[in-house]
Amino acid sequence: MSPSSTPEAALPEESPEVVLEVEDLVKHFPLKEGLIFKRQTGAVQAVDGVSFQLRRGETLGIVGESGCGKSTLAKLLMRLEEPDSGAVRFRGEDFLAMRGEALRRMRRKIQIIFQDPYTSLNPRMSVGDIVAEPFKLHPEAKPAIGVRKRVKELLDVVGLNPDHINRYPHQFSGGQRQRIGIARGLALNPDVIICDEPVSALDVSVQAQVMNLLKDLQGEFGMSYIFIAHDLSVVRHISDRLAVMYLGKLAELGTDHELYGAPAHPYTQALLSAVPVPDPTMRGQRQEIVLQGDPPNPADPPSGCRFRTRCWKATEICITEEPELIVRPGVTQQVACHHAEPNTAVSAEDH
Amino acid sequence: MTTAPQNTSAQHSRSDVAGNGPLLEVKDLHVEFRTKHGVAQAINGLNFTLEAGETLAILGESGSGKSVTAQTIMGILDMPPGHIAGGEIRYRGQDLLAMKPEQRRRLRGVSISMIFQDALSSLNPVLPVGWQIAEMFRVHQKMRRRPARQRAIELMRRVGIPAAERRVGDYPHQFSGGMRQRIMIAMAIALNPDVLIADEPTTALDVTVQAQVMRLLKELQTENNMGLILITHDLGVVADVADKIAVMYAGRVMEAADVYDIYARPGHPYTQGLLESLPRIDAAGERLNAIPGLPPSLTDMPPGCPFSPRCPYATDLCRSELPGLLPIVAEHTSACHFRDDMYRGRLQTPEEAQA
Repeated sequence: MSPSSTPEAALPEESPEVVLEVEDLVKHFPLKEGLIFKRQTGAVQAVDGVSFQLRRGETLGIVGESGCGKSTLAKLLMRLEEPDSGAVRFRGEDFLAMRGEALRRMRRKIQIIFQDPYTSLNPRMSVGDIVAEPFKLHPEAKPAIGVRKRVKELLDVVGLNPDHINRYPHQFSGGQRQRIGIARGLALNPDVIICDEPVSALDVSVQAQVMNLLKDLQGEFGMSYIFIAHDLSVVRHISDRLAVMYLGKLAELGTDHELYGAPAHPYTQALLSAVPVPDPTMRGQRQEIVLQGDPPNPADPPSGCRFRTRCWKATEICITEEPELIVRPGVTQQVACHHAEPNTAVSAEDH
Repeated sequence: MTTAPQNTSAQHSRSDVAGNGPLLEVKDLHVEFRTKHGVAQAINGLNFTLEAGETLAILGESGSGKSVTAQTIMGILDMPPGHIAGGEIRYRGQDLLAMKPEQRRRLRGVSISMIFQDALSSLNPVLPVGWQIAEMFRVHQKMRRRPARQRAIELMRRVGIPAAERRVGDYPHQFSGGMRQRIMIAMAIALNPDVLIADEPTTALDVTVQAQVMRLLKELQTENNMGLILITHDLGVVADVADKIAVMYAGRVMEAADVYDIYARPGHPYTQGLLESLPRIDAAGERLNAIPGLPPSLTDMPPGCPFSPRCPYATDLCRSELPGLLPIVAEHTSACHFRDDMYRGRLQTPEEAQA
């Protein structure tokens, strides 16, 4: 995953400027043993060499199963965790090297919306205080019209009643709480919002409301989203480009059309074929790839290609050589597979 | 779901329970929770039947009463605060709710069995999984330890746990989520039940593992000719496996029909709303048709149709009078005043009608 293999082919011509650039990001969590003298016995390779670019106004979806490192990636981008190596550049500036005041100012530009609207809001703070808190941390960003007025505006923007400003989180439903989280994320006019599974705790009918809201806000304010989810249908709906993650690495990276139309990595193909389509007439119509077994332990990943233990295409080279994430013959997206081959039988393009 | 009893259940009778009629029949069931904030009506008149070998999906969002339905059938509802306010649950013609606790216990796990959503909290963390599976045989069939353990290994093998002999002594935390769900399934099918209730069996699992588990459930159902009640919120899973569907909302069945008919021609605005609000993997649409508003509070039901505050087609009739669950065509019932127009795609919103 060298910087030279950055995906120009996967991006549309004359695309807007790059807001966020991630290069070979690595985070390993050490595993320690021993009661007094801790010795390191291994490391969970949560994120192991991830590179991508995010452009202005774009939504990059990141999908993967539990334990693939997608939430760790989100934390690294927020600098809630410090990476072991790699680079994150925000509008060309080295985000990881920033300290003190510069870092604090930069934090305004990247905000996060969490998965669980029940635990990510302080139950003892009123909605007004929750949404106003970013202004407390960043007094220089205080709105000219006054904090309270701005908070009411924000509540209105996310579809909550501004008169409910003095209510507490428990007085709201799950979907409404997620809207409070979104209002808080919007408060400082960020350039990038990282959405970590923002709708997976919500019911279908409410999930659609929140996704529409996220899309509308992007249209209005033009920020970029990194949309992390395990649900491929949800991701498809909101993303312009898509990255598939497996055991700390990107398996495939391309546009929505490329990945859902003709996925080239066996893992992407299996993921797509496993998503149930809500249409009983499609029973038995699509190719089904049911993977055997579970993902391997991220503390002890397989040699070579990390997917090879569950892959039906695996050969000798997959054991010895790790496949790079590059554009391969026959496809336009980047694929990390020695045997990459577009498969349209599992395609999710319009039936 | 009011289908006429079929005689498929006759070929699979059990010696300990006599009686005829459908395998499982729920009639006008009412369940409420009596809390200090008032009475929450969790289930308000539920009807359905299940035959052997059939898969009934109960579809609903949180608070629709689908899990309470499962718990009431199993007889594991917490009472109080739960209270069964009326109705019948007939297993092969016998009313479970009228039975003595002793009688019911003999059916539970033996004839009617259940799989829970969260396998980690449903298994005992301090006992080996093999012991927990074997417990079914030791308790219900008075089997001795060694043969019971042997049966547990066989079952673990059947549900696809690799190296079952070695893993029989492992504890729940040593298994992955998918494997734990397989262990739950092994326990649930140990005594060859007639009815298997699966409450969100794959919700906590990743998609690739979900596909494995659903395939296993389907295989076991065919092998044992079980009636399967699949409780879920996932319209995708339902489309893949169900024979018929009951859509629940605010403790009522809003629509019940054959799976093909309900997806092609929904007979209730709520079902239509659900289908349209779903992001589909085979369509990169621009905007989802979200259902506005929220489900009603169970302690404060709106008068008339419970969906009327969110329904684009609602009229004054809907806001005052509760529609019954009545047939549109054979095998397709809907609790909407305008079920026929809805089904035939002729229903207009009040604004459209005026224009």
